[in-house]
Amino acid sequence: MALLEATNITKIFGGLVAVNDVTFTVEPGSIVSVIGPNGAGKTTFFNVLTGIYKPDKGRVVFAGKDITGWRSDQIAALGMRRTFQNIRLFGNMTVLENVLIGMHVHLHASIWSIIFRGRTMLREEAKARNKALELLSFVGIADKRDELAKNLPYGDQRRLEIARAMAGDPKIILLDEPTAGMNPHETAEATQLIRRLRDERGITVILIEHDMRLVMSISERISVLDYGSKIAEGDVQAIRTNPRVIEAYLGKGAAGHAA
Amino acid sequence: MTTSTSSQSLWQRVTAPLSSGPIAYGFLALYVLACSILLVTNPRTELSTDVVFVLFLLSMLVAYRSRVAAWFKVVLGVFALGVVLPYFGTLNPFYIDVATQAGIFTALALGLNVVVGFAGLLDLGYVAFFAVGAYAWGIFSTPQITEINPAWSPVDPVMFYPFLIIGLILGLITGVLLGLPVLRLRGDYLAIVTLGFGEVIRVVANNLDRPINITNGSQGIRAIERPPLIIVDQIRNLGIVADDNRLYQLFFYYLVLIIVLLTVIVVARLKHSRIGRAWEAIREDEVAAVAQGIPRVRMKLLAFAIGASFAGVMGVVFASKQLFINPPTFDLLRSINILAMVILGGMGSIPGAMLGAIIVTMLDLQILPRIAAVLREAQAAGAPIPRQFDPTQYQRLLFGLLLVVMMIFRPEGLWPDERRREEQHEVEITDEELEADKTAKQAGADSGS
Ligand SMILES: Nc1ncnc2c1ncn2[C@@H]1O[C@H](COP(=O)(O)OP(=O)(O)OP(=O)(O)O)[C@@H](O)[C@H]1O
Ligand SMILES: [Mg+2]
Repeated sequence: MALLEATNITKIFGGLVAVNDVTFTVEPGSIVSVIGPNGAGKTTFFNVLTGIYKPDKGRVVFAGKDITGWRSDQIAALGMRRTFQNIRLFGNMTVLENVLIGMHVHLHASIWSIIFRGRTMLREEAKARNKALELLSFVGIADKRDELAKNLPYGDQRRLEIARAMAGDPKIILLDEPTAGMNPHETAEATQLIRRLRDERGITVILIEHDMRLVMSISERISVLDYGSKIAEGDVQAIRTNPRVIEAYLGKGAAGHAA
Repeated sequence: MTTSTSSQSLWQRVTAPLSSGPIAYGFLALYVLACSILLVTNPRTELSTDVVFVLFLLSMLVAYRSRVAAWFKVVLGVFALGVVLPYFGTLNPFYIDVATQAGIFTALALGLNVVVGFAGLLDLGYVAFFAVGAYAWGIFSTPQITEINPAWSPVDPVMFYPFLIIGLILGLITGVLLGLPVLRLRGDYLAIVTLGFGEVIRVVANNLDRPINITNGSQGIRAIERPPLIIVDQIRNLGIVADDNRLYQLFFYYLVLIIVLLTVIVVARLKHSRIGRAWEAIREDEVAAVAQGIPRVRMKLLAFAIGASFAGVMGVVFASKQLFINPPTFDLLRSINILAMVILGGMGSIPGAMLGAIIVTMLDLQILPRIAAVLREAQAAGAPIPRQFDPTQYQRLLFGLLLVVMMIFRPEGLWPDERRREEQHEVEITDEELEADKTAKQAGADSGS
């Protein structure tokens, strides 16, 4: 059974159809990519999946539950986490705290045990800290645990956002352009990290990327959006040779030459 | 820009050795002792005493933030607040009243700091919850209750103690009732609605003398009961002559001190918990916070209700201490004043809120009137101040100017949140207690086998 099933999703802003009747399925344990030119509606599609926007039409079924119209935090609690295209960390909190925030739904200490420093609360906090540290070493920034998130270099901020997303023990992580603004070396490391997410942690990944080398090297399936509509879907080979995709990227008339 | 950073590093260079290590112990002890001696040897009511008094209270905050052993802080605190200040109060009763007042507003500022500072919700009607607690005790402890129903009679004054809890619950309920519809709103809307709510409570208090006289309208409620002093006979037996008013002054001072202590503990623990982190995340970036699974409305409601409950408790204490309340006691200016304490001290900072409360209370009760008095004397003595100018009328203006200047030169507040140091501290405590926890369990297992 598919882990995530979005059917006929449409999202309209005023007169602009940002996502147009898109159907999209993700099998558990896969890495899939969503590509498309700027303004194609990729981020909007993520926002619909994660509950930031309600779709105007269509249904989203995740982990066997119809989550259409659910609140963002409910969807996150069910195990769908994301990163943001323009990095949204809690800049004035420490690196470790950012990861702890990601764990919020797994922390249950009551207000009384917090006020009285109950044993369960202390134990839960200590466990959470250990787990957060483990995640920070997984992404490779454990030595920066006490720094403020806003002071991290750009690449580390991207890593932290991934660690924070992992902190909720998600079934699926949606990555919105995780290598944007990175140099080739950093991009290679990020690619490695994304692979390890799936291979070592079993987390399903949906990836929005403009870096075609990365997309082609890592994805098992690719969906292509253009002007809000899905114009192609398939494995790497099928997308590479699809004339409509080439046209969308290179403009009309390019399809004949590029193949 | 450069000057501010270099002056900050200079400040840090000076304070760093004073706030940890053996020097810190000596420094703190000396500081507290010096202030205490200055106070006790010069108990007159004048500006210099005011300054020493503020420094004296400030020493407690410095101690609170220094990295010295907990027992040392407790010793200093008990000595300064438990012994020196009350003794000083017997020499000059005026100051114990000021201290009590400052304590009441410290608790209020700490409560509002949860709402505004931690969760980032601008609440301009905070005093409403204070009013709810105050009116609850005012109505139920006086014959005012018979106005509502002639068959009812005032509760026994000893009920004051359970009413502290009732005040807390009333504040909580009012907070939730207001918060539920309002907290879905964002930023500015919330500020306007809370401002309106604050005024509504005041207007209701003003007009609810008809058809049924519940609040006695603009007349206010008089002769509010004070709780019986339990150990008063023992004190008299010791040969100490003290009239009731003096004793009540001390009683309310200690009561407020205890409540402030409890408030600080509760607020600090919340701040460093999953709840405090969630509040901070919402404040920093609501969308990102919700994407981590944090239920936005529920967490905001929690902050709102907790803040309101502190105000509810203090309302009960305030009514009983003042003996008299009326609607203007709870006007918008009061809310703004408490907000000014939080912002002046540094939003989200616990010592900041306390410092803000102390300074604003001192300015209000002592320093500004004193400055006005000095100006008036000068005027009478022929200084070139126009006769139409009445300095007492301009206290608020001076207060406002001070705030503006503060916000220009130190927008982060007098004592901003020192996050990282605190974090490290927090980890230490947790680890220690966990260790203790483990050994305790081991000991239990050993003795069991
Ligand atoms: N909140 C919004 N209100 C109105 N229009 C929006 C909103 N969000 C996105 N859009 C519009 O919807 C279209 C799709 O935007 P979206 O951000 O989803 O594109 P994208 O594929 O992520 O592009 P990029 O590769 O540049 O990130 C754009 O034309 C954008 O201007
Ligand atoms: Mg985008």
